[in-house]
Amino acid sequence: MEEVRTFLLKHAEEDLLPWKHQSFASTHFGLSIGQVERIALEAGLLPSRYQRNRKTISLANQLRLFRSHAAVIGCGGLGGYIIEQLARLGVGRITAVDPDVFEEHNLNRQLYSSPATLGRPKVEAAHKRVLEINPAVTLYPLKVAFSKTNGFDMLQGVDVVIDALDSIPVRLELAEVSAEVNAPLVHGAIGGWYGQVATQFPGENTLRKIYSRNTDGKGVEKGLGNPSFTPAVIASLQVAEACKVLIGQGVPLTNRKLHVNLLEMEVNEIPY
Amino acid sequence: MKVTVKLFATFRAGRFGEQTKEYSPGTTVGDILNELSLPLDEIGATLINHRHVEEDQLLKDGDTLSIFPLVGGG
Repeated sequence: MEEVRTFLLKHAEEDLLPWKHQSFASTHFGLSIGQVERIALEAGLLPSRYQRNRKTISLANQLRLFRSHAAVIGCGGLGGYIIEQLARLGVGRITAVDPDVFEEHNLNRQLYSSPATLGRPKVEAAHKRVLEINPAVTLYPLKVAFSKTNGFDMLQGVDVVIDALDSIPVRLELAEVSAEVNAPLVHGAIGGWYGQVATQFPGENTLRKIYSRNTDGKGVEKGLGNPSFTPAVIASLQVAEACKVLIGQGVPLTNRKLHVNLLEMEVNEIPY
Repeated sequence: MKVTVKLFATFRAGRFGEQTKEYSPGTTVGDILNELSLPLDEIGATLINHRHVEEDQLLKDGDTLSIFPLVGGG
C-alpha cells in the first residue's frame, strides 16, 4: 500500500492525480481503479476528473462521497439520470434496483435506453455505462422488483436511498424499509410537466404524509406520460439532495416538498 | 364569505390558476372539490393558508385554499 501511495504522490501534479497514472497504478499494482482512488484520496490527492468539483466539494468530502453507498430504486426515467450523476460525482458504491428491460416507449426519456439496449435489463445498461464513465465507482445491479420483503437486505448499510420508482404503493414500502435500516430517503416523482422532490430522514414520516390521501393510485403521470426534460430536472434535484445528505452540508428538503411546474415555471413549497 | 382557491399543475386545465369568489357559510373543502369536478383519487394535497386540511374542513372568510394533484411517476 505504501508503495502505491509513494507512486501516486510522485506522479501527482500538485495535488491532482491524472487519469493516466491512476489507470497505470491500477494495472501495475493489480488493484481496482476504485482501490487506487481510495489510496489517492486518503493521501490527499484528488483524481483529476474531480478538479471542477473541488470548489463545491472539498477533498475531504470527495473522500466521504467515495466511501459512501447510495441505493437507487428504479432505473427508468429518474433512475438513469440519478445513476449518471452519482457516478460522475464520485459516489463510491451504487446499488441499482429495477426488474425491467428497456422497451420502445422508454426511448423518449430514459438515459440508458437506445435501440441497441431494447430488451436488455435496465440495471445491466446502468452497470455498463457506469463502468465506462467512472470505473472507480462500483455499481451493484439488482434485476428485481423492490418490495418490503426483499428490501431490508438491499438497503442495510446504505448511506442514502433514492426513490426513482413509478408506483405509489412501492414508494411507501421503500419509505418504511428506509426507516427500518435508518437511512435517509430522497423522494422524487414526475408526471408530464410536473414533478416533486422531498427528503425524509429516519424518524420522519414525510412520504406517508405526501401520499396520505391516495396510497394505491397513480398520479398525473397516468394521463400525461413523461417527456425527456422532467426526469432530468427532478433527478438533478434529488442528486443535489443526496449529495448534501452524504457530505452533511446545506439545508435539506425535510418536512417539506418542492412541487415543480415546468409548464408555467413555478416552484411551490408544501410543508409537511 | 370570500375564499380564494388556487389550483396547481394539471388542475388548471379548463379551470383557472387562482380565483376569489363568494361562498356561502358552511362550505367545506369537499364542496369546492365537487364544484370544480376534481376527483378525490387525483388529489395530492389540499391546504388552507399553508396548513393541510381534509374534505370536511369548513372554510372561513379570507381563507386561501390550495389544491395540488397527485404525482407518482418515475
